[in-house]
Amino acid sequence: MVPENLKYTDQHEWVRVEGDTATVGITDYAQHELGDIVYVELPLAGTDVTARKAFGVVEAVKTVSDLFAPVSGQVLAVNETLGTDASIVNKSPYREGWMIKIKMSNQSDLEHLFSPEEYKRLIGEQ
Amino acid sequence: MPKETPLIEKHRELGARLVEFAGWLMPIQYSGLVDEHGTVRSAVGLFDVSHMGEVWFRGARGIAAANRLVTNDLTTLEPGNCLYTPMCNERGGIVDDFLAYRVGEDMLFVVNASNTDKDYEWIVSHCDKDVQIENLSGETVELALQGPKTEEVLTRVGLSKLVPLGHNKHETFSLHSIEVMASRTGYTGEDGFEFYYRRNGSEKIWDALMEAGRPSGIKPIGLGARDTLRFEMGYCLYGNDIDDDTTPLEAGLGWTVKLDREDFIGRDALLKQKATGIKKKLVGLEVLENAIPRKGFPIAMDDREIGIVTSGTFSPTLRKGLAMGYVPPENATLGTEVSIVVRGKGLKARVTKLPFYKCGSRK
Repeated sequence: MVPENLKYTDQHEWVRVEGDTATVGITDYAQHELGDIVYVELPLAGTDVTARKAFGVVEAVKTVSDLFAPVSGQVLAVNETLGTDASIVNKSPYREGWMIKIKMSNQSDLEHLFSPEEYKRLIGEQ
Repeated sequence: MPKETPLIEKHRELGARLVEFAGWLMPIQYSGLVDEHGTVRSAVGLFDVSHMGEVWFRGARGIAAANRLVTNDLTTLEPGNCLYTPMCNERGGIVDDFLAYRVGEDMLFVVNASNTDKDYEWIVSHCDKDVQIENLSGETVELALQGPKTEEVLTRVGLSKLVPLGHNKHETFSLHSIEVMASRTGYTGEDGFEFYYRRNGSEKIWDALMEAGRPSGIKPIGLGARDTLRFEMGYCLYGNDIDDDTTPLEAGLGWTVKLDREDFIGRDALLKQKATGIKKKLVGLEVLENAIPRKGFPIAMDDREIGIVTSGTFSPTLRKGLAMGYVPPENATLGTEVSIVVRGKGLKARVTKLPFYKCGSRK
């Protein structure tokens, strides 16, 4: 499942852009690959993040996977519900499973993101 | 090209995620790790563990030679019995850990898949030339049936004669004209059996067990859940909790080391270590904060690194982060508070008793 209204990274994050706010999560492909997600480590609101650098971690029982910021900016909000129930990411990766909201510092970061078609090609879904 | 178990097509049909492990293409998961793990704890599961190695020692000469290689006493093993033992090098470090089976006049070591070639080389080079040693790893299928509902599955498939078999005992039966050796053993902490038979292209044993297990809710179980199940029991995994720089005394396996018997490789080193004391000890650690400890994470106390995590995960049954690791013996007392360093931050943890999971149905 690759929603048409989002942008993507080659590390399997998705981005929803609304003005200068970017909401970030991991894709359906990523949650499926990871299996049962049991822990998500996210930065505090106010933290600066840099495009293509890790901002947190998502863990399945046996795997630890870095989360990479798609754009640079400052963390506006963090999805606290994932602290109590990380499996929300498996059940609803694009909606209830959102991870952080970033106030973008550089709109041109968006140019490096993948379109839904490009992401589908990456994951072998023509 | 990785080796394939004879059941590889079956795994594909069942939708297994296949991954290369120890040179074999193995099912890591089918329905999902947490689901499979829970199925073994509450019902019953079937594992294909054909990647394990089987090394045979023939006759009395073989048994005597085998006995010199291991720390446990194989001369006490009557036919129809097996026991768990490490095999050590001259420094007392563990070359491998495995079950040794007395089968008639022969001895069988069922060794770790990741060590099969290493073990065979070690064994051959440490036995006299006239000792008959056979590596039948490539020709032996091994299945494991594990879970509290094991007995009802066996009864349903016509193997009720196995039900009264005690732990660490084995017996042979014939099913669909295939001769199978069954031992009441396992790596999960639940009741169960391991089945060994000669590779013959047949899926009949697997199919028969899965069919008989259907009313009990049987599922196929992958290597992912195999690891979380053994971890909850505090069982060592070679390459994680034990390796050739770790002695059985350090790993809490002193009970498998019979120093008062004829010489075996490593005996001198272990006698010495018993006298002078161990420098590191394997402990269980319960994480007191919200994060997951992993292999390789340092263990610290008062800002000083004192040890290392050798196995760590999120326990599907106990629903918390747990670890096994080494600390100095003086810090190994139950309840000792330590820090596990997770991505640069100290996570509060506490030394706890193994096994982590205490409600297993193992007989």
